Amino acid sequence: MEFPKNGFIMSNNIDLKKGLDIPINGAAVQKTKKEITPSVVAVKPTDFRGLKAKLLVREGDKVLAGSPVLAAKESPDVLFTSPVSGTVTEIVRGEKRKLLEVRIKADQTREFVDFGVKKVSSMDGAQVRAALLESGLWPAIISRPYGVLADTTIKPKAIFISAFSTAPLAADLEYVLRDELENIQTGINALAKLTDGGVHVSLDSETYSGTPFHKLENAVLHTFSGKHPAGNVGVQIHHISPISKGETIWTVSLLMAAAIGKLFNTGHYDLSRKVAITGPKAIDPCYVTALPGVAMADLKEFYDNSQNNVRIISGDVLSGKSVGAEGYLGFFDNQVTILKEGNEYEMFGWAKPFRTNLFSASRAYFSWLTPKKKYDMDTNLHGGPRAFVMSDVYGKVLPMDLYPVYLIKACMAGDLDKMEKYGIYEVLEEDLALCEYVCPSKIEIQSILSDGIDLMIKEMA
Amino acid sequence: MNGLRKLTDKIKPTFEKGKGKLGFLHSTFDAFETFLFVPNTVTRRGTHIKDSIDLKRIMIIVVMALLPAMLFGIWNVGYQHNAAFGLEWGFWQMVGYGLVKVIPLYLVSYIVGLAIEFISAQIRGHEVNEGYLVSGMLIPLIVPIDVPLWMLAIAVAFAVIIGKEVFGGTGMNIWNPALLARAFLFFSYPSRMSGDTVWTGGVLRYINENTAYACGNGLVDGFSGATPLAHASMDGLQAAGTSFMDMFLGIIPGSVGETSVVAILIGAIILLWTGVASWKVMFSTVLGGLAIGYLGYAVGSTDLPGYYQLVMGGFAFGAVFMATDPVTSAQTETGKWIYGFLVGALAVTVRLWNPGYPEGMMLAILLMNTFAPLIDHYVIEAGISRRAKKVKTA
Repeated sequence: MEFPKNGFIMSNNIDLKKGLDIPINGAAVQKTKKEITPSVVAVKPTDFRGLKAKLLVREGDKVLAGSPVLAAKESPDVLFTSPVSGTVTEIVRGEKRKLLEVRIKADQTREFVDFGVKKVSSMDGAQVRAALLESGLWPAIISRPYGVLADTTIKPKAIFISAFSTAPLAADLEYVLRDELENIQTGINALAKLTDGGVHVSLDSETYSGTPFHKLENAVLHTFSGKHPAGNVGVQIHHISPISKGETIWTVSLLMAAAIGKLFNTGHYDLSRKVAITGPKAIDPCYVTALPGVAMADLKEFYDNSQNNVRIISGDVLSGKSVGAEGYLGFFDNQVTILKEGNEYEMFGWAKPFRTNLFSASRAYFSWLTPKKKYDMDTNLHGGPRAFVMSDVYGKVLPMDLYPVYLIKACMAGDLDKMEKYGIYEVLEEDLALCEYVCPSKIEIQSILSDGIDLMIKEMA
Repeated sequence: MNGLRKLTDKIKPTFEKGKGKLGFLHSTFDAFETFLFVPNTVTRRGTHIKDSIDLKRIMIIVVMALLPAMLFGIWNVGYQHNAAFGLEWGFWQMVGYGLVKVIPLYLVSYIVGLAIEFISAQIRGHEVNEGYLVSGMLIPLIVPIDVPLWMLAIAVAFAVIIGKEVFGGTGMNIWNPALLARAFLFFSYPSRMSGDTVWTGGVLRYINENTAYACGNGLVDGFSGATPLAHASMDGLQAAGTSFMDMFLGIIPGSVGETSVVAILIGAIILLWTGVASWKVMFSTVLGGLAIGYLGYAVGSTDLPGYYQLVMGGFAFGAVFMATDPVTSAQTETGKWIYGFLVGALAVTVRLWNPGYPEGMMLAILLMNTFAPLIDHYVIEAGISRRAKKVKTA
């Protein structure tokens, strides 16, 4: 395949009409307040779907940034490496001895394993793959369907990168990565060796000309406009080249593409990134420089948990993980969201004509009259769980040609044929997260979908 | 407010499942507690924040939308009685008579229906579902005013148990519970559900027993009591002295809440404005009714222009409040167009070409409730093959 050159944009902008930008308070201002020097970081196998991890270190072992800590049991050449140099202090296991965290006490300075500076243009696919595997960057590739680790033995149909994020309060990728253009370009050049279908990069049609990303070469550029989830790579794939049965597509976040480029340009496994501290309960929402696996305890100046009443989320409010003050930043995340726990009663809440401090995407309340207003949202469920009743609220926030209610019901029933028919290959939890947010029946759509995907993996393997 | 919360917290342990003395009444306690207070539950898995809408809010909006039709119905019950017996009542006397007639219907509807809902929630250990708030509001509005209360009680029990709970409760039912109650009455007790004497309060009793509350000097000369559907032709309407405007405003005999198109339209505006009901269903139902209405007019089956069909009988009420029920209507967007159109078309078809039944709205909606899953099935199959084609060409 011939790759389009500099600045080439696929002519048709893809305009998505459906979606929702949740007006939540606490966007990070564009300043990088400090660099977090980590005390302890954690490598978490739970960041990767379906990973059965084999432990490669023992408590007390010394590691460098880039030293292997874990390997995948089923394909032992997939390594997970330490983001810092330091000493393994604790191996945390959960129920049934499931491996949860490998905690590493960080040295004052990061010392790197030297993987050697490499020239991507003279490498072939096998060499790129080997470099990613040994450095621990192979797990940065997410394979669809199902969102699992990429199979090291195949070539995917294509590789997709979303160059903008629309999730609530998400880090602005242009701000975070504007100085990393060279690394991203190297990353794309490397990834292009792994597929015959090319690397596809999706840009925000409104801002792309202001970002450096439209200068990327060796990739097919697409533009999208619309509300969240227009920035979700799954939604973009659906509109560019839908996944059908038997096909595999890989996705890489722009952040990880930069890290891959850095590996080749510097020889280091360096995942340091600008992390957005966001949310209504974040004190001084801004950016910090941090590593994946950094402890929330190291960020404690940004929240006040003295009442034990805030929720600390690694990621965004829709699909992030609640990690708590004792938790660690996820491997893929560059956002921390701080929310108030909404464990309070509200008298006659649903019967009040006005609830001016609450937002609703529906017109059942009057928040649609104040479209610019932002809200201090908390974690209250605002109701009780019920069966599906309203059928048309979900489609309004899902810019994909599929029927979310039917897909979710198929997942509930564990009906593999129907799950396949209704499009399970095309979605991950994050793509249906807004459906869950707006659901008046408070159905846990992402969890149900997740169980459905796990069932597919188990039964179709 | 704090006092009430404290009291609730104090008695809460008594109703705790498996622990408290009254633990077996857990669902009932929960229903009252969540009625008073939005619970303090927080999100566990999945999205950390949730939209402030819930089913209670949706249901209360439907109840609000029904209020104009109910209030008008109460007045019209008095007005029709007044007209039938040639009384010279003022506004408040008519309303008073209406209240005396309508309140018992509501008491029976809610007491019987909610009791069954609470018991079945109790048996299942679920939270009590708020669906019956709407069904209970609808049922008295779609029955003749003089329906005996025991019949209504049986019909409500049938609709809630056989129509809803056996399928698993609100959200799982196939047919609209309120219409099912009406259908049960219609087929079990036809003499109290149709004819010319059931639509005006007190008339049936006066004819049978020669007595009624406030019967004055008896029925006025030329009283017919028939609904416009019983003589649905230009001549018929003219003979009865019913104009299009009378039917539009609703000062005609009929089921309690179905007569006034104006009141129903106010409800429709509330439902559409808040987005609670689907405009596609409403609009396509009207389209279907008009299409067949004008077809009948064109081929000479009726001399009433198509738009007359919209203001007679239960068409407007059914189109706005019944066909749009999100559970029993079609779920797919394309399906809603098909479903709504067929509801309207079938209702008018029954009216025009079936001499047995003057009104077809109830049966049209119930029939289309039955076929809604089939419509959705074909819409989805079409979507799947469309996607498959797109995947191939991409």
